[in-house]
Amino acid sequence: MKRFAALFATIDQSTKTTVKTKGLAEYFRTAPDEDKLWCIALFSGRRPKRAVTTTALREWAAERAAIPLWLVEEAYPIVGDLAETIALILPPASTNSDHSLSYWINVLRGLHDIPSEDRKTHILNAWDQLDTTERFLFNKLITGGFRIGVSRKLMTRALAQATGQEEAVLAHKLMGNWTPDSTSYHALIDADDPTADASRPYPFYLAYQLDTVPEDLGRPEAWQAEWKWDGIRGQLILRAGNHHVWSRGEELVTDRFPEFARACDYFPPDVVLDGEIVAWDGAQPLPFNTLQPRIGRKTVPKKLLKEAPVILLAYDLLEDAGQDLRQRPLAERRARLETLLSDLPSEAPVRLSPPLAFDSWADLAAIRATARDNRAEGLMLKRCESPYLSGRKKGDWWKWKLDPLTVDAVMIYAQQGHGRRANLFTDFTFAVWNGNDLVPFTKAYSGLTDAEFNEITRWVRKNTLQRFGPVRQVRPEHVFEIAFEGIQPSPRHKSGLALRFPRMARWRQDKNPQDANTLDDLRALLATYG
Amino acid sequence: MKTDVLTFTDRGIYCPAGDFHIDPWRPVPRALITHGHADHARPGHGSYLATTGALPVMRHRLGDISAEGIAYGEQRRIGDATVSLHPAGHLPGSAQIRIEVAGEVWVVSGDYKTTPDGLCESFEPVRCHSFITECTFGLPVFNWPAQETVAKEINDWWRGNAAEGRTSLLGAYALGKAQRLLSLLEPIGPILTHGAVEATNAILRAQGYPLQATEQVTPDLDIKALKGALVLAPPSAFGSTWARRFGPMSTGFASGWMQVRGIRRRRAMDRGFVMSDHADWPGLQDAIKESGAENIYATHGYTEIFARWLNDAGYSAQVVPTEFGGEDGADEEVAS
Repeated sequence: MKRFAALFATIDQSTKTTVKTKGLAEYFRTAPDEDKLWCIALFSGRRPKRAVTTTALREWAAERAAIPLWLVEEAYPIVGDLAETIALILPPASTNSDHSLSYWINVLRGLHDIPSEDRKTHILNAWDQLDTTERFLFNKLITGGFRIGVSRKLMTRALAQATGQEEAVLAHKLMGNWTPDSTSYHALIDADDPTADASRPYPFYLAYQLDTVPEDLGRPEAWQAEWKWDGIRGQLILRAGNHHVWSRGEELVTDRFPEFARACDYFPPDVVLDGEIVAWDGAQPLPFNTLQPRIGRKTVPKKLLKEAPVILLAYDLLEDAGQDLRQRPLAERRARLETLLSDLPSEAPVRLSPPLAFDSWADLAAIRATARDNRAEGLMLKRCESPYLSGRKKGDWWKWKLDPLTVDAVMIYAQQGHGRRANLFTDFTFAVWNGNDLVPFTKAYSGLTDAEFNEITRWVRKNTLQRFGPVRQVRPEHVFEIAFEGIQPSPRHKSGLALRFPRMARWRQDKNPQDANTLDDLRALLATYG
Repeated sequence: MKTDVLTFTDRGIYCPAGDFHIDPWRPVPRALITHGHADHARPGHGSYLATTGALPVMRHRLGDISAEGIAYGEQRRIGDATVSLHPAGHLPGSAQIRIEVAGEVWVVSGDYKTTPDGLCESFEPVRCHSFITECTFGLPVFNWPAQETVAKEINDWWRGNAAEGRTSLLGAYALGKAQRLLSLLEPIGPILTHGAVEATNAILRAQGYPLQATEQVTPDLDIKALKGALVLAPPSAFGSTWARRFGPMSTGFASGWMQVRGIRRRRAMDRGFVMSDHADWPGLQDAIKESGAENIYATHGYTEIFARWLNDAGYSAQVVPTEFGGEDGADEEVAS
């Protein structure tokens, strides 16, 4: 664990990606294969199956630290991370050991089959021989969410440096359904057959938000435009008579969307499609809130299948007849996609995301203005000559979203953030006027600068009217412009509506609370855009 | 009915028997001051009383004030109250204030640290009936590593930077933390200072505190000739054009908050060193126990949590709202 802790310290102590990459590459050069595989797994979102509940961890830690459980509970939101909170409150270790990362992971995996009391013994025993950093990492292995400033991209680059393989090739090898149990470092990284696993997806190509005017992109003829759908990005893989559906978060979601089981009937074998999974009413997409209940369900009840049937609006063809097409220009991939989809019957679960014809950027701007009417959030612009890259890259693909909707609202509750924002008031509840009452309608957490969060935090401390646990009711004095992407009816909320992607666009220090919008203003937006 | 020795007003902590305030945040006729940090020693009072050691910095910061110094332990009668000042271990000249009225003893701790740091006068427990305590770090997650451990981390960091041709920029509050760090630095290279730090250094040197030689960064200072230097500066100077002159650099920050990873990352410094001039969780417990007090008032920090903990432990504890900041000065970052 000391080697892994040292790697963590290198990563954690630096804000520079070059230093982090170098540290990781060094780890990939020197660590045992078993540890390397786990390191890759952890930094690509895989983790050992949870062996102990976080409730048990808190109780055992409180007991070991000889403090009441409530004090652990109070400290947790301030530290912002349970694994860290526990690592910090425990008394110093009484012994010292240096077992490997894999050793400790195997200890955790061994806990599944033993009684709870014995699990406790093992955990306490581990805590008692690890230093604070090692304990933090050990606890992280249990609580999951191994986010410590290493993106998958950075990890892939380090692995490329250590192995001499190309980043894009490695990115592809790391996709898919593997776990450290199903493969070895050698099979995953050294062996070079990424198609060995028939369910393996390609790394998604992600677009940046267009940060200039489209005129800066050059001639319109060089670009293809299509709607930017408000659904879930998905890859549909049809290989060897089976189908697999991957979400952009690299989650295998095949079972959640049984509609795609029929896809094999409509396509030749060995085809991979990239597109947007949307709820579909037979003619156009349904709003995102219709799709939402489908996302969390691992098995789908019949009623929901009927209310929110999904299809894939396909916009790219990554593999055809087993051949990887990603290096071919978009125009060619698109032509082949259109051929594949041309004769599909209307009940097929895949449709073409139609290209939008335009002669000038001004034409396209007019089309974009109608996006909401077409149940889209804006446009996608893709260079006709572009290959299908991996990850988020600038240049060939752009999102050109509609400007968000906005309202001015009054802050009425504030709560401290977690993690990097522990100790700062960053989570706010906002209200609009309904007569003389302020009705809460949304929360928002992002959009302000650190300096603004500092300033508002000082203000919250001095202007707290009442406390409800961690939540403070504050003087209704400050107005914020809230930007959001959509608005939906929601009987669960007091205001009767819910926003999509709300955030603070601006702190309107020039406005008084009386200037904020009203619930009727929001209802009008709901009538127009809901 | 017996009146309290101290009461809590919107101007600050008040002693009716002596008609004076302690560390008030609004102008009052007579103020007793625990230490020179801006959230405790504010401008505008009619007269000031502080330790002899705290006065020079206060005069420097507050200008022409009517102030009187008093030695640690010396008793002074003010009205019907007897007051004396006792080392708080927070920074050179810092004090706890003991107030006795008709046999009833209260102590205002100001800010304090219970472990010696080799530079400032070490914390001295004072027996009392009621203890008014800070609790900036009043959570069990705050356990300070030994000073020599952190000093080694800092010196190793500096040495490593110097070897790779980088200037080390170490952020610290200009009064207190900067001088404490200075006293821990090994002879690795030149030590440069920001003007705010140097002003305090000069004052403390004149008072006889042993601080090694430093050189203030001025426009004509030849930075390139000073390879491997370490610069002590308030963290607010870091992002400024002032800091750009140092070329390739590594930034570090020493504070108790650096114990928490999220806060460390928000600071976006290359290194965070866990070193505070406030008591950690065990330090707070020790101070309260050694005061022998039954009534505890928590003024700033994690007050609600800390008071609940003390009540659970059998004390009579309550929260007193104040306008004191915490570590690193309230004006620089939200700290509690």
